[in-house]
Formats: sequence, structure tokens, C-alpha cells
Amino acid sequence: MRKYLQITIVMSVFFILVILKNSRVDETPQPIIANIQTLPSNQNNLQPNTANSTVSNNPTSSSNNNSPATSNQQPAIYIPSATPQPTVQQNSGQYKNGTYTGSVEDAYYGNVQVQVNISGGRITDVTFLQYPNDNGTSRFINSQAMPYLKDEAIQAQNANVNIVSGASDTSMAFQQSLANALSQAH
Amino acid sequence: MKKQQLVMGMPSSIEIADRYARTEDINDVFNFFRHIDRKFSTYKSGSEMEKINRGEIKEKDFSPEMKLIMSLCQKTKQETKGYFDIHIGSKIDPSGIVKGYAIKKGADMLQDKGYRNFFVEIGGDIQIHGYSNACTESLLKVGTKWKVGLQNPFNKKEIIKVLYLTDKGIATSGNYIRGKHIYNPIRAKAADEIVSISVVGPDVYEADRFATAAFAMGEKGIEFIATLPGFEAYMVTKDKRAVFTRGFEKYLVN
Repeated sequence: MRKYLQITIVMSVFFILVILKNSRVDETPQPIIANIQTLPSNQNNLQPNTANSTVSNNPTSSSNNNSPATSNQQPAIYIPSATPQPTVQQNSGQYKNGTYTGSVEDAYYGNVQVQVNISGGRITDVTFLQYPNDNGTSRFINSQAMPYLKDEAIQAQNANVNIVSGASDTSMAFQQSLANALSQAH
Repeated sequence: MKKQQLVMGMPSSIEIADRYARTEDINDVFNFFRHIDRKFSTYKSGSEMEKINRGEIKEKDFSPEMKLIMSLCQKTKQETKGYFDIHIGSKIDPSGIVKGYAIKKGADMLQDKGYRNFFVEIGGDIQIHGYSNACTESLLKVGTKWKVGLQNPFNKKEIIKVLYLTDKGIATSGNYIRGKHIYNPIRAKAADEIVSISVVGPDVYEADRFATAAFAMGEKGIEFIATLPGFEAYMVTKDKRAVFTRGFEKYLVN
């Protein structure tokens, strides 16, 4: 009888140990889960490390985040990773990050269009989408300086000058001279 | 002192800002122009040029001055990819070189006589020296540059640009009546027309010969000028717009 009691106690202790061990296994993550934080919604571009949190924190599953019921059941959680990446790049320069395409500009000798990449608020790359290179002359000149020509509408100016430069169409000048000479001859 | 005369069928003017300018010195230049006209006129009976075109003078018998002009024409043709060409049918017309050459020589004559502030002009092509207020005679040497107007090709009484020049040559080539038909790919027109091109260069001879060639090149003319160090250009098109080299803008301020 005493042997039975001993065996029972030993087995009970064993079972208790087994139960305790099992429960310890189940409850081991508990202290970590206690540290779980709810992410601000605008930081959803940070990728958590565990599959568990990915469900609620995936940027693409925005419907889950927008549903209160779902959010209550599975709040957005953030398990700190060993090497956390910066969530939002700080704009240290004056430009917003992104890729921007410029307008097509008439440079007279050809169209010019550029694309600019901004990263960290600074220009990191400029790409020519259009560049005048239709012929050798343009290409040669473009390699010298750019832009090198400008244009404008002609406009009458104050005529207070010392001397005037104009095309001397010989036949026209001849006619004008003749007319002038004839007027003096009156 | 300013004097005007008709030379080579064109109005010509000389103004000297230096004090004590002498009328005789200016008349010497006009006489030189008449000498050039007598020699190189293509239509004046008895000119060397007219005799050459009639086959009366062979190349080996050209005068030294004619040989010089012919070599300058040949040199310019090479430098302008053939666009400067004095051959018109079986005849030759070097007037595209002669005028600039004559103005430059006339200005040299005045310089040799000690003048420092003056301009010499024939038919809208000008050699500019010094300043319009003869400042180089003063200790301060603060001068007013010569104000040169660009004539409106569409209204000869109007100025469309005012340039401030010193020690430069300027020449305008064009045809106000009938422009050259050219293709303009940028403005998506089947054809466009260049009405005139004004070229500013180190002296009027250089400006004149390159302006003549650039006008013959049509739309590409201003690109040609842009490749020449020390030259700037202002080109007027038939749609009353102007295309100009970037460096041209430095002449728009005194």
C-alpha cells in the first residue's frame, strides 16, 4: 500500500512536472508579448520579422487595419527585430523624395526633357529622356555648351543709337540711293 | 565729326569722336572706298572685276589687290564648308569679301593717323573703335560704348535691338524681300525663312564674311556662328522671331 502511495506520488509529481513543463513551453513568449506595441498606421512600411505580426501589419492588408473588429482581434503589433531599419527617411534637403519628369523644352536645336531622382531630399540622379542629337552639327555643338541659343519675339526699341546695322541688299540700296539722289535733284 | 557719302551704291558713314578730327582724313577713306569700287565693281564698265568676268584679264595678270581678295575668298570658302562662294554661273562676284575688307582697311587708315574713337560703316556693316565720347583722351578712361542699332528687317525705320560695342566689327546679311526657304524641324513647319543674320566679331571683315556664309546656310547659319570663338549672332526669321547665341547678350549692356 505504501509502495502504491509512493508510486502515485512519484507519478503525480511526474505528471505535474510534465504539465508544468508543457505550460511553461506555452507561456514562454508571454513576457515578450507583454512588450508588443501598437504601430502607428503611417509606419506600416516597416516589415516585422514574424509571420504572426505580418498579417495585421502588412501594408497591403489595409482593409484589416481599417476594420475596427479585425483590429481589436488582431491589433497591429510590432516585435522589435535585432537590427531595426529606419521606418521613414528623414528629408534632410529641400525636395520631396521621388522621381520627377520635367516638361519638354524647346532648345531650338532640339527638345530637352530630363528626369530627376530625389533621395534623402537631395538630387541623386538626372537622366535625359530627350536630348537633341539628330545630326552631327547639333551633337557637336551640344558637346560644347548647352544651351547655347535663345530666342525671342522681335520688338521695336528706342532708336537713339549712333549707327544702324542692317542687310545691304545691293539692288535695294541702289534704288534707295537713286531715290535719294533724285529727291535732291528736285 | 560725322560724314556720309554714297559708295558702292550704298550709304556710307564715318564718325570720329576724337577731338581735332580732320575732314581730310575722313575724305581719304571715302576716296579709298571709291578706288575699291572702281576696281571690284561687277557692273561698272572698265573695272578690273568686270574685265575679268568678260575674260579680258587672265588670272596670272590679276592686280596684287585682286589676287589678295581672291585668296581671301578661297580661304573663306574653305572655312565655311563651301557656303561662301563667289561663283555665280560663269562669273565671279567677290563683293561679299570686298565690302568688309574695304571697311576694315578704311578703319586701319584712321588708326594709322592716330584716331582711337570712331566707326566706319558701309551699307550697314560697321567697324567700331574705342568709345563714342572719346574717353581714351581722358585720364579716367570711363567710356560710353558706341550704340549700334539692329535694323528691323520688316520696317527699316525701326530698331529691334541696341548693342553697346567697342573694338568690334558687326555685319548684317540678309534679304529683306525674299528670304531663303529652309526646313525647321523644331517648329514643325514645312519651311521657314531666315530674313537676316547679324554677326558681331573681332573686326568687320571677319564678321562680314561669316555673316554672308551663315545667311547662305539658312537656319543652320547661327549654329555655325556659335561654333566660332569670338563671334556672336542675332538671326531674324520670317515669323518675326529672333534666335541668338547666348554670348550675344553681353552686348546688350553698356
